[in-house]
Amino acid sequence: MITVTAETAKQLGLSESEFSKICEILGRVPNFTELSIYSVMWSEHCSYKNSILQLKTLPKTGSRVLKGAGEENAGLMDIGDGLAVAFKIESHNHPSAIEPYQGAATGVGGIHRDIFSMGARPVAALNSLRFGNPDLPKTRHLLKGIVKGIGDYGNAFGVPTVGGEVYFDDCYNTNPLVNAMSVGIVPVGKTVSAIAAGVGNPVFIMGSATGTDGIHGATFASEDISEASEDKLPSVQVGDPFTEKILLEATLEAIETGVVVGLQDMGAAGITCSTSETAAKAELGMDVWLDKVPVRQKNMEDWQILLSESQERMLFILEKGKEEAVTKIWDKWEIPYAEIGVVTDSQMLRYYMDDKLVAEVPAESLVLGGGAPVYVREQKEPAYFEKIRKFQSKSISVPAKQQPVIEFLLQVPAIASKKWIYQQYDSMVGTDNNTTNAQSDAGVVRIKGTKKGLVVTTDCNSRYVYSNPETGCALAVAEAARNIVCAGGVPIGVTNCLNFGNPHNPEVYYQFAGAIRGMKLACEMFDTPVTGGNVSLYNQSEDGPVFPTPTIGMVGLIEDITTDRFTMALQQAGDFIYLIGKNVEDFGSSEYLYSYCKVKHSPAPYLNLTEEKALQECILGMRGTKLVKSVHDVSDGGLIISLLESAFAGNVGFDLHTSPDMRVDMALYGEGGGRAIVSVDASLNSEFQLYMQTCKMPFTPIGRVNGENVIVNGELIGTVGYLKSLYDNALANIMS
Amino acid sequence: MKFGVITFPGSNCDQDLLYCIRENLGMEAVSLWHKDTDLQGCDFIFLPGGFSYGDYLRSGAIARFSPIMNEVVRHAERGGYVMGICNGFQILTEAGLLPGALIRNVSTRFMCTNVHIIPQTQSTRLTANLESRAYKVPIAHAEGNFYCAQDDLKALNDNEQIIFRYCDENGNITPESNPNGSLENIAGVTNKNKNVFGMMPHPERAADNLLGNLDGKFILENLLA
Repeated sequence: MITVTAETAKQLGLSESEFSKICEILGRVPNFTELSIYSVMWSEHCSYKNSILQLKTLPKTGSRVLKGAGEENAGLMDIGDGLAVAFKIESHNHPSAIEPYQGAATGVGGIHRDIFSMGARPVAALNSLRFGNPDLPKTRHLLKGIVKGIGDYGNAFGVPTVGGEVYFDDCYNTNPLVNAMSVGIVPVGKTVSAIAAGVGNPVFIMGSATGTDGIHGATFASEDISEASEDKLPSVQVGDPFTEKILLEATLEAIETGVVVGLQDMGAAGITCSTSETAAKAELGMDVWLDKVPVRQKNMEDWQILLSESQERMLFILEKGKEEAVTKIWDKWEIPYAEIGVVTDSQMLRYYMDDKLVAEVPAESLVLGGGAPVYVREQKEPAYFEKIRKFQSKSISVPAKQQPVIEFLLQVPAIASKKWIYQQYDSMVGTDNNTTNAQSDAGVVRIKGTKKGLVVTTDCNSRYVYSNPETGCALAVAEAARNIVCAGGVPIGVTNCLNFGNPHNPEVYYQFAGAIRGMKLACEMFDTPVTGGNVSLYNQSEDGPVFPTPTIGMVGLIEDITTDRFTMALQQAGDFIYLIGKNVEDFGSSEYLYSYCKVKHSPAPYLNLTEEKALQECILGMRGTKLVKSVHDVSDGGLIISLLESAFAGNVGFDLHTSPDMRVDMALYGEGGGRAIVSVDASLNSEFQLYMQTCKMPFTPIGRVNGENVIVNGELIGTVGYLKSLYDNALANIMS
Repeated sequence: MKFGVITFPGSNCDQDLLYCIRENLGMEAVSLWHKDTDLQGCDFIFLPGGFSYGDYLRSGAIARFSPIMNEVVRHAERGGYVMGICNGFQILTEAGLLPGALIRNVSTRFMCTNVHIIPQTQSTRLTANLESRAYKVPIAHAEGNFYCAQDDLKALNDNEQIIFRYCDENGNITPESNPNGSLENIAGVTNKNKNVFGMMPHPERAADNLLGNLDGKFILENLLA
């Protein structure tokens, strides 16, 4: 028996004051098992202790919200027709940094379980990835492993990957980011709650047997990455998508019986987290017999069983006396299960091993909103802000020829086609992906049996957030909303994945607090409440913290996909091309400045949330009309890259003119928000202009769709085919 | 014509096929469980795509031992129609109902994308009324590289058992248009009696007007003729 002291607590990642608090709660010194329970439940990953005060400032209510942030495993919103959408994004950064394949695979598995443990069937997956410099062998190793991990798991599980984003920057060399999002559909009123209600009800574990993998994974996720992290390999779990698929079907079928009282998946902190959260939610207790848990190996210690993060497991609370209705279904699917406990009225969690009580703690003392600690951290303006303030655009000379710049930008890994990556994901299983043959700025997933479509995206340009946390994060929300609007959808809700450095670093906490302020303002403007998500701190290594990366996962709704969709491909020679929205002379934090001009510090791009909202309203007003033939927003790489992406999608060229009153590099490469490019049939040109005037929306004619050449201000840049080959092959060339 | 779609543990295109047959083709279709020993009077049995038993051993290697496969083999021997798509094709080669094997893609990577295939014969029910043109149909597999012994290949060609080859969008059968390294660009084959079909591309994913591609429907509609 290990004697527990403050030193033991420290080794498990608990501070001295936290250790004292535990002793106070229990009225005695905890034993090692109890201490282990607190160490995982009070880790940032489970308790949000360093972030919750900030998170509480975010808007979380709205007419569509059925389950808001923190209420269940994922957010739930009403989409009409008696249906609801469940969605959430989550990080798996630290495991992926150490073991890219399994780390990423289990990230995908975990987020899907959050969705189907609510009774919703996952219909779409997205992922938002950040890697280091692709010229480094380590980056390519991580990229290959992470992409294969996501692919192998999602492809076998059978949910299409319909969107996402991939960025590269040196700041992610050691610490890549892997954020996975799942979106599911469930009839309203058919969801299940993560609650252990009903004293006397039996508690079951269902799914894979419990092994020693992933022990202390949640604690591991709550510290910096270092050389020593590689020694933490056992903290990384191993995924089994085949079992997850069986788990999905056996879970949804079980819910149909009406006998399931409560349900929670086992992710971080395994049995500990699922039993304590469900019991605390019911304000009840639970007795659990750990020796009844099916295990993979002999002689597992009680704390190992409690803390194991073995994947593909569920905790079910069933109605006493009616268990057979459910176990019959599990027998059919040949999925292992065992009755391991009972709901009690004690408000205590009691864990037994071979009839011996090995741990006894109050359920409520473990969880967020209960006894878990809450901290306010110190903030300090980052020192590098001084460099940003010193930046002067006149120090950048305007390039005489645009062709070399454009060819360069098309091949920057962050801008180049991600085909090499996304072709490894099944994007079509489920036969609902509406974008396979009609590209748009966001993924569109039709809902069978209705005319509706879900529109989904993930967005965050972390360079903007680094330059200005508040504006940068607002830009991430604005771009997500703009992408949904440019596909014809109305944004309805947000899930966020907040990837930051060590919160004890005041500069990091300044970034965090600023980003939350920006997110709040933008989410209020677009009427998109935050329904949940995940916080991942400690994303830093000896190289320093990663760029602050608050990934925004957004869901939107199209009422009628047969009439309301927009697509991005240019269509026909002769069509007019317009830039709509206010065009500001600005190239702050653009890929052009950062990568081509090698300016690492410049202000965030222009953003005005009121103007942005007006642009989006204006675009939505054209749904169901024929006023525009294509819509594509301006973002990474600026106007020219957006227009080229539309040209590639339509396999047709264009003749572009920028205003002589504006620096040509700002006009072409500036990444300011609130702008989109549309193409208009020549016969509807005046009607289009009239509509823009009615909307009081600035619009600038910038050229015509034309032949196979791309011409900018009279300069021949190349053929569409040639430029597309540069764009398509850049990443594959790096990876081979 | 009554269709049956088998669900093996790990199948994930079974619901897509049922939807396609019922909603896009307007035909009756029932779901069959891998442990069933009765084909419920179905005339045409589909083995869907997915990862039966996780495909941890070798694609399709375990599913062929499912109880229902005895009935499928008997059905085929009686001249009944059977078709495997993707993982279903892999299971049918493992079960010996179709020649050849599906090995790892030359790239070694899973690949999901639209490809083009061109019908090679009008001597089968599946291809009888197809035009000689490129059909756009998606693939999604890591092990779709068709391989067989030289004698078998000769027999496949001689007996017009090759039903589709990968091609470019103009119908040219070229090395560049071969997405996985399949021998002679083979995308689908039939058995000697031409009542068992297998293909790696997914026609059921290209059968709905709302998804913007009906080439898969044009292929499957042949079964209704």
